[in-house]
Amino acid sequence: MSVTKARKNSETQSDKWILRLYVAGQTPKCIAAFANLKKICAEYLDGHYQIEIIDLLENPQLARGDQIIAIPTLVRNLPEPMRKIIGDLSNTEKVLIGLDLRSRT
Amino acid sequence: MSKASERDRPALAKSRTGIRGLDEITFGGLPRGRPTLVCGRAGCGKTLFSVEFLIHGVIDYDEPGVFVAFEETEEDLTKNVASLGYDLAELCRRKKLTIDYIRVERSEIEETGEYDLEGLFVRLGHAIDSIGAKRVVLDTIEAIFSGFQNTNILRAELRRLFRWLKDKGVTAVITAEQGDGTLTRHGLEEYVSDCVILLDHRVRDQISTRRLRVVKYRGSSHGTNEYPFLIDEQGISVLPITSLGLDHKASSERVSTGIDSLDQMLGGKGFYRGTSILLSGTAGTGKTSIAAHFVDAACRRGERCVYFSSEESPAQVTRNLRSIGLDLEPWIKKGLLHFDATRPNFNGLEMHLLRIHKLIDQIKPTIAVFDPLSGYLTLGDSLEVKSMLTRLLDYLKGRQITSIFNSLVEGGHSELQSEIGVSSLMDSWILLRNLEHNGERNRGLFILKARGIAHSNQIREFILTDHGVELKDVYVGTEGVLTGSARAAQEAREKAAAQLRREATERKKRELERKRRALDAQIVALRTQFETEAEELQKEISLEAAREQVLETERLQMAQLRSGNGGTKPRRERNGKGA
Repeated sequence: MSVTKARKNSETQSDKWILRLYVAGQTPKCIAAFANLKKICAEYLDGHYQIEIIDLLENPQLARGDQIIAIPTLVRNLPEPMRKIIGDLSNTEKVLIGLDLRSRT
Repeated sequence: MSKASERDRPALAKSRTGIRGLDEITFGGLPRGRPTLVCGRAGCGKTLFSVEFLIHGVIDYDEPGVFVAFEETEEDLTKNVASLGYDLAELCRRKKLTIDYIRVERSEIEETGEYDLEGLFVRLGHAIDSIGAKRVVLDTIEAIFSGFQNTNILRAELRRLFRWLKDKGVTAVITAEQGDGTLTRHGLEEYVSDCVILLDHRVRDQISTRRLRVVKYRGSSHGTNEYPFLIDEQGISVLPITSLGLDHKASSERVSTGIDSLDQMLGGKGFYRGTSILLSGTAGTGKTSIAAHFVDAACRRGERCVYFSSEESPAQVTRNLRSIGLDLEPWIKKGLLHFDATRPNFNGLEMHLLRIHKLIDQIKPTIAVFDPLSGYLTLGDSLEVKSMLTRLLDYLKGRQITSIFNSLVEGGHSELQSEIGVSSLMDSWILLRNLEHNGERNRGLFILKARGIAHSNQIREFILTDHGVELKDVYVGTEGVLTGSARAAQEAREKAAAQLRREATERKKRELERKRRALDAQIVALRTQFETEAEELQKEISLEAAREQVLETERLQMAQLRSGNGGTKPRRERNGKGA
């Protein structure tokens, strides 16, 4: 399955992707994850996305809702089903697989 | 205690767990402000242990707690603990307790690149700070290993977590699954090195026993044995029973056995209080009856008793005892007598011991009866049984409880031999045995030993009447030991012989009396005769005197005559007298 086709599929499923990135302060891992995420979204989601950064040091109670343990964690709330990717998102292939933008082969 | 002495004391600060017995084993609880590892296989009671630690902290020691559950949801946990009588939801509402359920699902998570567990730290830190928690439980933190692939990161993060918990100053309990040959499956004991407690649940001969062992307690002494523990409707209780010593005090107070004649055999006053009494005998020799007398007498004095029955139900025991005129029912109703009927094979030895301890702690009796002990003796090898009994006796003596152990002796064995392992632990030993003679079976009772009491060395015949137990002297003589009808016959014979002897004596007495009377009569007759004769003689004597007088007179007259005329007449007179 090609990347373009997958993007088309997901675009038909929902208008907008809602992504949440959980971080804890400005650690190198968190900064790297945010940078990697922006790059991937710009490349593959073409404007149909929304990134929400949640800093648990400021709002620790929010960790409970999405069952966050590891930092950084990227949560795809929309489209369904929910997906979680942990780590600094440095491996683009794995992120794409995690976001269902590429099939698990 | 003053502040200064507390500072000077090198001992580790400890947090009491509130789990019965555990705080005694650890001399005060878990290390305060440090993590403790509790490990064991599935179903060994890890979660209950940690929940109790938290709840007692909240309720008894005013230390709020955080429960981080990796395996059970808040609802499940609340429901499970409700059976112990604790309302977790209420404690959560009062902000004394926070339950945080952390779900780790590997299938949902994709890993890419570097990460850490800061999220867990943040959640934990938030939970701790929001209620000012002093105690934290992580149950079971190993669940994390199933959720993440990168074990290197996990190990580093766990190490950091435990250091962090220590820095936070919370007393933490971390539970972990036991591995094959290791304490925990993922080697958590590397990180938690202050205190490690191992829970074990083993089944032998289809009887399960739970045991607890403090594997390690850095900076503190602790009991090192395996201690049995019990999980029941009141939660966990551990017994530090092996730590008891031989330092119980000895009372000089005596307690009546409830049977006068038996008291008489024991120096007239019965047994010493707080001693152990073994009642052994073959089936049907009346062990229960004697024990019941003892209990009845104690209840009459207003003392509390516990009766551990391992073969009969309470109703059966009381009904049977009514046939010998003992009614224990009123004492049960009054709350003075407590029956505990449990089959020996219901539990392992340790569990029985634990149950006995709990019940005795609860009821605080002065008398405890174990009827019969024999059932327990088959539950382990002789070493185990002896060790259990020793601990039980130490425990009972430490509380000044007078205990009676009924022991059934199998037919065909020597009574003395089969009890040898047990008897040395007992202070007194009463042996009941069947005496067969003349085609009938009678019960005999004798005291084999009674430490510190001058006791009778006699065999007594033991009779169950409708008004209780009676002891009779058996007949011991040339005929041998006679009991039952033979004794009765012998007694009758003796009675007859005595009657005969009495009659003979009476007869002799009468004879003597008769003789005395005959003698008296003779004396009277002789005296009469003597008096008659004496009178006769007296008469003659006076007659003679009168004659003499006459003769004298005549001689004087004669002399006068002779001087005047011849004097022939006086001579004739003299001749006449000489005839």
